[in-house]
Amino acid sequence: MGYDCIVCAKQVPDTKRITGEAMKEDGTVNRAALPAIFNPEDRNALEAALGVRDAHGGTVTLISMGPPSAAEVLREGLFRGVDRAILLTDRRAAVSDTHATSYILSCAIRRLPHDIVFCGRQAIDGDTAQVGPQLAEKLGITQITYLEEPAVLEGRTIRARRNVGSGFELVQADLPVLVTVMESANTPRPPAARRMMKYKKARTAGEVARELGQETGEAAAAAEVERRCQVLAEKGLLIETWDLGTIEADLAWCGRLGSPTKVHRVQWVKLAGGEYREFPATDEGVRELVTELIEEHTFG
Amino acid sequence: MANFFTDNQDIQFLFEHMDPARLAGIMEDGFKYAEQFDHAPADAADAVDNYRRILEALGELAAEQIAPTAEETDLLGNTLNPDGSVSYAPGIAKALKLLAQADLMGFTLPYRFGGLNCPNLVYTMSNEIVSRADAALMNIYGLQGIAETINAFADEAIKAEYLPEMAAGKRTGAMVLTEPDAGSDLQAVKVRGWQDADGHWYAQGVKRFITNGCGEVLLVLARTEPEISDGRGLSLLLVERGPRVKIRRLEDKLGIHGSPTCEIFFDDAPARLIGERQRGLITYVMSLMNGARIGIAAQSLGIAEAAFRVARQFAHSRRQFGQAVENFPALRELISDMQVDIQAARALTYFAAYCVDVEYGALRKLELGGAADPAESRALKAESRRYKRLNGMLTPMSKYCASEMCMRVANGAVAVMGGSGYMKDYSVQRHLRDSRITTIYEGTTQLQIVAAVRGVSSGTANSLVDELLQREPPEELAPLAEQIRSGSKLLEEAVAFVKAQGGTEYMDLMGRRLVDMAVYLVVAALFLDHAVVNDGKKTVLRRWLAVKMPELRMNHEIITSGQRLPMTDFEALAGPVPVTE
Repeated sequence: MGYDCIVCAKQVPDTKRITGEAMKEDGTVNRAALPAIFNPEDRNALEAALGVRDAHGGTVTLISMGPPSAAEVLREGLFRGVDRAILLTDRRAAVSDTHATSYILSCAIRRLPHDIVFCGRQAIDGDTAQVGPQLAEKLGITQITYLEEPAVLEGRTIRARRNVGSGFELVQADLPVLVTVMESANTPRPPAARRMMKYKKARTAGEVARELGQETGEAAAAAEVERRCQVLAEKGLLIETWDLGTIEADLAWCGRLGSPTKVHRVQWVKLAGGEYREFPATDEGVRELVTELIEEHTFG
Repeated sequence: MANFFTDNQDIQFLFEHMDPARLAGIMEDGFKYAEQFDHAPADAADAVDNYRRILEALGELAAEQIAPTAEETDLLGNTLNPDGSVSYAPGIAKALKLLAQADLMGFTLPYRFGGLNCPNLVYTMSNEIVSRADAALMNIYGLQGIAETINAFADEAIKAEYLPEMAAGKRTGAMVLTEPDAGSDLQAVKVRGWQDADGHWYAQGVKRFITNGCGEVLLVLARTEPEISDGRGLSLLLVERGPRVKIRRLEDKLGIHGSPTCEIFFDDAPARLIGERQRGLITYVMSLMNGARIGIAAQSLGIAEAAFRVARQFAHSRRQFGQAVENFPALRELISDMQVDIQAARALTYFAAYCVDVEYGALRKLELGGAADPAESRALKAESRRYKRLNGMLTPMSKYCASEMCMRVANGAVAVMGGSGYMKDYSVQRHLRDSRITTIYEGTTQLQIVAAVRGVSSGTANSLVDELLQREPPEELAPLAEQIRSGSKLLEEAVAFVKAQGGTEYMDLMGRRLVDMAVYLVVAALFLDHAVVNDGKKTVLRRWLAVKMPELRMNHEIITSGQRLPMTDFEALAGPVPVTE
């Protein structure tokens, strides 16, 4: 039997490539200065889902909530093998915190068959690790966080190994479940060349309109956009676009309105090197060093 | 993310400069495949975009997933299990899985067999990228020539049975040629291919030094005509891995530890004939070998690039006498010339790969009946003949040039790093060990020279240089073009002198020097072509000429001296054969 898997992926600024302009004056991330990438642990989530499909059959649907540019993440998913890609985009969803984001995602996922929902453990821009668990709560399904190796599926039961920091837990649950996946869980597969050659031409309706506008130098005519989308759809190359209307979301729960998180203050931290202490290479010295590391919470 | 394609400016430049759109036109047969396969490109720009994307994906895979495993693979090697099976090192097994997932194991195969239908040039770039990550992995990845050979020469049933699985990476191959008494001299192959009363083929005998001999699809060179003792008595058999194919031993080697080198006993193993009898060595293996030679040239480039980068970084950060060691003139020269050496071998190898594509294109068009009229057909025939002649020289020349370069650069990298380079803490010692095989397998350096010198002595090198110099260079480069022209005259003189000696002995004795002269000139002419559009290459060309033209004159002097002491006075020069107790 197969399983219907949903993968949530986020397009994030590549925080490994920090430059001087990475942060704006107000302390928020300057997304324009950093390349946008597929959130690394979401790749592991995608691989976990594709692995389930390889072993058991079923489907993998990739959803990315974000600005129109998140279509790139969906194409990357198509290159790697997803069956269906959905862009969830709406201006009214802007500045959603984890609470609003998980609500919006839950509205979308309710409309799709789902045995297992895979999320990356956390995104490298916010590092909250909250969206997965909150999404499970809103869907009313079991959550298994911190998956650190491929899960085992038997009928309607999943067995998984969770990383709990100082050790692991083996847990078992009935489907449907939501799983958050860590980097150590698997090696994400590379894009498959033949799929890449095909799906590099996949577009959202928004992209079709934009490209048409660039060709003609004027606003795209709706009828022509629709015609082109139709051609793409026939070839399986149209990336679906959903908005808050499509998923019948309650606007009071979305965007700024639906986000209880208020940023009080952003503090600049300057990391300065240069200070060091020397410990003698004696038993006493080592004891002193270890004690200090424990006291400063570097260890333990 | 690290990427071995996008971080390499020289490969980037050559990819743009070498007209991949023309090659796409050749490979795509008028872009007719787009109707049949939804991933096939609709036009040249689409195809070139595919090539770039494929190399970018491979570049990331190589840098992020493969390179980090190379050290462990070198340490662990492969394992021959008690049941006769072979387990790859974990890094190699993982890499092969990822390469298969990436659809990269049928790089040049047609779409209908699940391949990517890429030109040889792009495949060559991919071989370099893989080798930079792990030279040993390239020995398995680079065996795609096995599938190409099946595609070119086997019957349709064999193709349909094997090629899709090979393209999917489910089966790997091996070219099974060498025997204990048949190394460079493949005409001496003894493994017997015989037919039973029902016409079924079998292979019997021992092969050794077989790269990936544990693979599933073995192309075995076997004597099917016992009454003919030379190469015409040999045919190519396809043997599948099975109970009658026994891996008896894995060699313990200096380098490329991740590449399993097997001794195989064929115990009357069931076989199938590839193509026609008696053409095994003279047609099929020669074709396979030519592809493999460019593959090894690319492997050499990858190893050298990897070694160079470690040394370049080290020389920049290592301080002695109060400054970075890269500031010392001796190291400046060593490092500069390592880089120029790499670019030279890359220019030559990629050009050879490009010419192979063009020859293939002409042949293919003729084969498919693409010529519009008899005049075009004649032109295509002439083009294919011309490129065949050119490739007959360029293929062994680039294998010779790149593999020797690889050893020099890897050695230089250790020299730059001094004691650190000699330690296993750094990868350059591995690159040095890996480099050593490149001048040996797929035909030793000495054999490449024998093959290349034919073209050099028949004037192919000179006419190629003339052709490359035909385009009037910008004024500032004109004096450099003049230097190349005068060098070309010296090569002509040297060739004429050698020919006047009669026989082949003096030609063989001076072969390396003649081929070196030709390499200096062909590379210079290619650099000149690059320098017209790329400022960095102007400096590279100036340096190349500054060091190679004096060497060219030296070789001219030695050749035209007519001195042949190594032949006439060998005993006196080499001394007596050491007596072993």
